[in-house]
Amino acid sequence: MADLTPLLRVADLRTYFYDGDAVARAVDGVSFEIRRGETVGIVGESGSGKSVTALSLLRLIRPPGQIEPGSRIEFEGQDLLSLDADAIRAIRGQRIAMIFQEPMSALNPVLTVGDQVAEVVRVHTKLSRKEAWERAVEMLALTGIPAARERATQYPHQLSGGMRQRVMIAMALVMHPALVIADEPTTALDVTIQAQILELLHDLQEKLGMSILLITHDLGVVAEMAERVIVMYGGEVVEEASVGELFADARHPYTQGLMRAMPQLGAPHERLLTIPGVVPAPTAWPSGCRFRDRCEYAWDRCAQEHPPLYQIGTAHVSRCHLEDEPARRLTRTTPLAARTGQGTA
Amino acid sequence: MVMSRRQREIVRGAVPMLVVLAVLAGIAIFAPLIAPYNPSAQPDIVGLKNLPPSLAHPFGTDPYSRDVLSRVMYGAQVSLSVALLATIVTVFLGTVYGSIAGYAGGIVDTCMMRLVDAMMAVPRVLLVIIVVALWHTLPLWLLIVVIGVTGWFSLSRVVRGQVLAFRRRDFVVAAEALGARRTRILFRHILPNVVPMIIVDATLGIGQVIVLEAGLSYLGLGVQPPGASWGNIIQDGADQIGTLWWVSLFPGLLIATTAVACNVLGDALRDYFDPREVA
Repeated sequence: MADLTPLLRVADLRTYFYDGDAVARAVDGVSFEIRRGETVGIVGESGSGKSVTALSLLRLIRPPGQIEPGSRIEFEGQDLLSLDADAIRAIRGQRIAMIFQEPMSALNPVLTVGDQVAEVVRVHTKLSRKEAWERAVEMLALTGIPAARERATQYPHQLSGGMRQRVMIAMALVMHPALVIADEPTTALDVTIQAQILELLHDLQEKLGMSILLITHDLGVVAEMAERVIVMYGGEVVEEASVGELFADARHPYTQGLMRAMPQLGAPHERLLTIPGVVPAPTAWPSGCRFRDRCEYAWDRCAQEHPPLYQIGTAHVSRCHLEDEPARRLTRTTPLAARTGQGTA
Repeated sequence: MVMSRRQREIVRGAVPMLVVLAVLAGIAIFAPLIAPYNPSAQPDIVGLKNLPPSLAHPFGTDPYSRDVLSRVMYGAQVSLSVALLATIVTVFLGTVYGSIAGYAGGIVDTCMMRLVDAMMAVPRVLLVIIVVALWHTLPLWLLIVVIGVTGWFSLSRVVRGQVLAFRRRDFVVAAEALGARRTRILFRHILPNVVPMIIVDATLGIGQVIVLEAGLSYLGLGVQPPGASWGNIIQDGADQIGTLWWVSLFPGLLIATTAVACNVLGDALRDYFDPREVA
């Protein structure tokens, strides 16, 4: 269903936060594309830069953070980074919308949910209060909220977690945006509700035809939803591939670690493997490969030379010197982070 | 709105204070109907002056033979409306100033707040006296304005802090992410959430203003005689407090009662809205 013109093209996106002399390079040279109707997953641990990437797309980075000059974000042929304040506001919610992780805190406790959905309509159109309300009720019904008309008059605390997330989705989709950024949309929900919400997103995508950028730390969610996966680590893309290829042939040691850390249904009882250590601080990325302290393959080259994105297949890249020296896959050592006992992540 | 057990207890504790304030407000509003005498009338400045409390004059009479009960009732009108209106001025100024500072942030915020710090370093009474001293006879509306204008500093800090805190909340970021402009975010998303804190501060403020106005009127700087306010009724009996205790005692009790009721109510409201306890 995805046609080939990219809807969004991000090139060398760098978002830095300044604190005195320290510079936190939270997003450090990220490039990717999203096509129309496509679902792309961004996977990574906390601190990998995935949420900052999402906020950067909508230019919601506040001082002391800033998107560095030279970064490019092109959306529907427009350069988002050169738009003035009014123009970017017209994009937000209308062409690109965002679904937040925690629906309780992302909904205003003192407004009814109908008001909150209608508000998005009123911000972007000249519709009357009543017409906007009707649109809101319609959208709430479309997200599968039963008795939407009555529910619309209720406050967030009167709804269940799953219902609240449906409201968030209604808010994001009411203007039929071309791109929806879903930042951990199911993390705060029960497993059964998670499945429902993912299915709902999928259905709505078929009905409305939007692209989805799905940000998550959960490879299971990605497997279910996405067509392509971008794995982020240390503010960079470390691997990118189609879902099928990534699960069949993950190349980057970090991606492999994430896979091993995923519980397998039906697999014999084994302790889940973890990746030793934690993501380093964005103010002090290690030289060379940013993952090397936690990597069981790391050798001296990894400390000296920052790995480029090595092309593997037509649409598969990995930021690891192993692609250059595949024989090294045979020599595993204990990662530095495990030896120094930095704990596990 | 569902109340927790803790909140129900707070409401139970606050109701008596509300009743007290309602009674006082009722007395003020209906003073012309229920006051037994004209508060300014001096029927017999020789024979009826300085009478101790009796059935005819439950609060006694003052050195001008005026009925203290009637004066206290009419005084409630002045004292309470001055307090209420001055507090409205305070709330308006404090909310506007605090929201601008909190929402603008950065250097604007810093400058605005240092100015408030400077103003707060000067005692309020002093500020009021400086302004009041410029007028020969002070109109009532000006007294209200002066009290209001000198009282918003602490409220502006509260509002600023709250706005600053709410600005970082997810639902504000979400509203921004969905394209709302800054004014809309401030008025629709942030301020309604700050209202509880403003109510708390205003309620506590009313108590302070009652006392402040009484103090000014006592000093002859507030409500001008022959107009009655609780402060200048106390003044009428002050130089003979040993013998004419009733002239000063009853308005004094009412000042204390009102101030205490406002403070207790304000504290109760603060507890009621305390998010750490609501969960």
